[in-house]
Amino acid sequence: MIESEQKPAVQSLSVVLTGSGGSGVITAGTILLEAAAKAGWYGLMTRSVGPQIRGGEAAALIRLSTTPVSAQPDRHDLLIALDWLNVQRFADEMPLDQHSLVIGNSAQSDDVPEFIASSHVRRYDLDFKFMAKAIDGGRPNMIALGCVGKLIGLPDAALDAAVEQSIAKRGPDAVAASAAGVAAGRKAMTDMPTPATLAPGTADADGRWLISGNEAAGMGAVRGGVRFVAAYPITPATEILEWMAPALAKVGGNLVQAEDELASINMTIGGSFGGTPSLTATSGPGLALMTEAIGLAVASEVPIVVVDVMRGGPSTGIPAKSEQSDLNMAINGLPGDAPHIVVAPNSISDCLFTTQWAVHLAEAIQTPALVLSDQSLGQAKAVIERPADLAFMARRLTAETPEAGARYNRYADVASGISPMAVPGTPGCAYTADGLEHSPRGTPSSQAGDHLVQLEKRHRKTADFDYGDHWADSGGDGDSDTVILTWGSCTGAVREALAQLDEGARSARYISLRLLMPAPKEQLIAALEGAERLIVVEQTHSGQFLSYLRAHTGLTRDVEHWCHPGPLPLRPGDIRQLILEGESS
Amino acid sequence: MKPTNASPTENLNINNIEEFLAHARAMEREAADQYAELAEQMEVHNNREVAELFARLSAIEGKHVDKIVEKAANRDLPHLAPWDFKWQGDGAPESAAAMEAHYMMTPHHALTMALDAEQRAADFYRRVADETDDPQVKTMSLEMAAEEVEHIAWLKDWLKKYPEPDVGWDDDLDPPMLQE
Amino acid sequence: MSMDTVCKPELVARDYKSDIKPVWCPGCGDYSVLSSITKALAELQLPPEDVAVISGIGCSSRIPAYVDCYGFHGVHGRSLPLATGLKVARPDLTVLVASGDGDGFSIGGNHFMHAARRNVDLTYIVMDNRVYGMTKGQPSPTTEPDWDSALAPGGTGISPFRPLVIALAAGANFIARGFAGDPNGTAKLITEAIRHPGFSFVELLSPCITFRPDQKNWKTQVHDAVVDPTDDMGRAARRLMTDDGFNTGVLFTGERAPYQPPVGQATATVSDLEERFAL
Repeated sequence: MIESEQKPAVQSLSVVLTGSGGSGVITAGTILLEAAAKAGWYGLMTRSVGPQIRGGEAAALIRLSTTPVSAQPDRHDLLIALDWLNVQRFADEMPLDQHSLVIGNSAQSDDVPEFIASSHVRRYDLDFKFMAKAIDGGRPNMIALGCVGKLIGLPDAALDAAVEQSIAKRGPDAVAASAAGVAAGRKAMTDMPTPATLAPGTADADGRWLISGNEAAGMGAVRGGVRFVAAYPITPATEILEWMAPALAKVGGNLVQAEDELASINMTIGGSFGGTPSLTATSGPGLALMTEAIGLAVASEVPIVVVDVMRGGPSTGIPAKSEQSDLNMAINGLPGDAPHIVVAPNSISDCLFTTQWAVHLAEAIQTPALVLSDQSLGQAKAVIERPADLAFMARRLTAETPEAGARYNRYADVASGISPMAVPGTPGCAYTADGLEHSPRGTPSSQAGDHLVQLEKRHRKTADFDYGDHWADSGGDGDSDTVILTWGSCTGAVREALAQLDEGARSARYISLRLLMPAPKEQLIAALEGAERLIVVEQTHSGQFLSYLRAHTGLTRDVEHWCHPGPLPLRPGDIRQLILEGESS
Repeated sequence: MKPTNASPTENLNINNIEEFLAHARAMEREAADQYAELAEQMEVHNNREVAELFARLSAIEGKHVDKIVEKAANRDLPHLAPWDFKWQGDGAPESAAAMEAHYMMTPHHALTMALDAEQRAADFYRRVADETDDPQVKTMSLEMAAEEVEHIAWLKDWLKKYPEPDVGWDDDLDPPMLQE
Repeated sequence: MSMDTVCKPELVARDYKSDIKPVWCPGCGDYSVLSSITKALAELQLPPEDVAVISGIGCSSRIPAYVDCYGFHGVHGRSLPLATGLKVARPDLTVLVASGDGDGFSIGGNHFMHAARRNVDLTYIVMDNRVYGMTKGQPSPTTEPDWDSALAPGGTGISPFRPLVIALAAGANFIARGFAGDPNGTAKLITEAIRHPGFSFVELLSPCITFRPDQKNWKTQVHDAVVDPTDDMGRAARRLMTDDGFNTGVLFTGERAPYQPPVGQATATVSDLEERFAL
């Protein structure tokens, strides 16, 4: 007989929904996140899917909290499996323990996968399909939602509203069936001891957003002034382009679909040459195709933004999973000496800030800016605080019609390195942009003097630019001499680990680099003052970030190195363990 | 599709002075421009002697242009698209056949090219005179034809100084250079 | 001319030539093409600052610097996407694209098909000399199968690419062929091509004096097509079946509306977009 247990409410819990063959798990997860947001909670949802286009196995992983979250949890409290088909695929991604509750489909209780059967979880079986059949038009995923809502203490009104909003477009019958399914799920959980209830959400509905990293990147680009995009689809970047297509049109911009990445990057350059801030988005294999043209943009000094939503590499790799292994290519992948900008967002919210900043930098410096996002940010959805308005807008230094008798020199050797760029349509300063090395006028030149002048100019304009304080984010215990050095999506887990440490004896601080190229060498050296113990954290196999630090920031000392490739995410527990079990001073 | 600039067998009917002057002006201008361009090509390709020769020819044509512009001073010449001129073949008659140029060409070749151009110009003016029914056009055209004949004579004299070079004048021991 | 308007002096062809001296070999057909382009621009009286000439890599692709308009000398084979991005973002400009047969039909082949299909309002001029000149004489897609070269001794033995066929099949809205030896005829083709909306393709046979001296006899091989241009794709296709590669004139004038996603017609603000994410 199951006894009710009273447990204190927690500040954060995590739910996984799995199912296959059209069971609508991802939709259910999204509804759950939306309901939680309405109830005043924060949350983060990631998803994992099999390789099938439809009907494949899927898992929605939803973490909910009373405060903003930015990482996958160390373990999950609740798993609801609408069926057991191929769930083994997700075994590594949903750590469970004896405190976790797993509700599976009783009709298939013999098919429980090995990793569940051997994991000491608390198990309870429910025949979702049978219950769904009892409702006219009922669906198992709605029943699961009702179960989850009841177990975690999600206010009924919030879940009901989210369900209705999501299902409304399918008509009143579907809405009624869904509501009935949710109710049935709730009822089935009467007397079920919950694995965890979430403390009441108190966050204001106003001033919070529900957004994915890819959407945030697109929004940041538009905020920054991008009004032309050339698009070629690739996982996991396509959502940026799909979001931007109608968005740009609404604000007076436009988008064109290209035949391949060789075309999309060149189109982006063409649009920018015409005076319009321009952007494209891709992933590793696409970036590889784009490198020649990115070099052209460097040499001809045309501003562009390229978002690389990194995925598992090398080559075709693991398209729907995350990794940080395009760092080498982003920094070193262009022919010749080709200074350019590389920045990296460190959270879903930061995708907006960093992309907007990238637009500003590219336009101000007249050079390509690569934004290294990744799949774990791009395709995850989170409830975030509304991002602050920023002053970072596209502000290109353009040329005016020269005085009579004066000649316009597009690539004049000015002190800042940033020479005014004529926009087509401006009389008197027509010029030919060229990938060939050139004189200050822009005429192709093979002269040593011209080459040196232009190399120095292109170097100087990126090196001497004032990037302000945004080169990195830092946090944790400011007095600590244990420093974690990281970048990109690893930052979320690091932040959470340090927050958890606050209650203990050990502490640490972190530095997460946002500006990777030009390397903020002096700033980093200053920030590392007093660091006794340095831990470098990255998601690659070959240690690309550590190599970058050694090559570009003068880092010579010994470090501890948490270096693991994708596809599994970094979890706060990994970092906590590293800090606690590490060397004592 | 109608061939451009009229085939050589079509009638060449220029029956008013404005149209005639428009043709003459265009022809001399293009000749001057073409020689100037050839001079520039020769200069870029380090053929100094022929560059100077073409520059000289350009200057001479330039003077012809001035004369025609003077004649047309108080007249309103019609605008003709480049392909609407009645040139009787490809391109304005007096323009040197630039595609016959060669970076190692000698003064003999340049002057032969010029001679052919002047001959075409003379033929053109004569034909205009033959086929026009406007007496003013006829007079002017015959004058210009006569001037061209003078140029031809002068060019022939000049050409005497440069007999045809021996076979091997275009031998370049160096192969073509890779640029990109 | 009305006396109460300020009269800008009329632009002549020479006004569109820059002061940069071409490095093409004397005798190259591209000089004539340059002249034809400047004549076309003069005929259209386009302000030079409103014209952009976009190119790839090769001898023909040097042309933007020789024209006194905006230009972009891009990377090999990518002139069409470069031009497409510019035109879609700036539909107010007149955009000409210049390529050679190697740049345009080999590495650029894919973009050629899609640019024709997409039908953005561009004018694509390919100076076809049936050789890679810039890299010292390799066969190109339009080279005759029996042309001997170092890279393909005895000839490639491969059927040549047929640009007009591809252009027609891919949906180009205006298709013509010209010969550099007829600069005025070519100027007319280019003028019509610029005027015609959508993707206009002009193949210009432009002899290479250095690597294809045999092309000196092209002037006896080209012949004006004695038919009027057609707007019927089937008829154009049938004509192409008997095209010896030397027919000159306008083959096809289509009626497809050019592709141009609207620009500058905002119906919302950035704040409006953000509302979508607000809870």
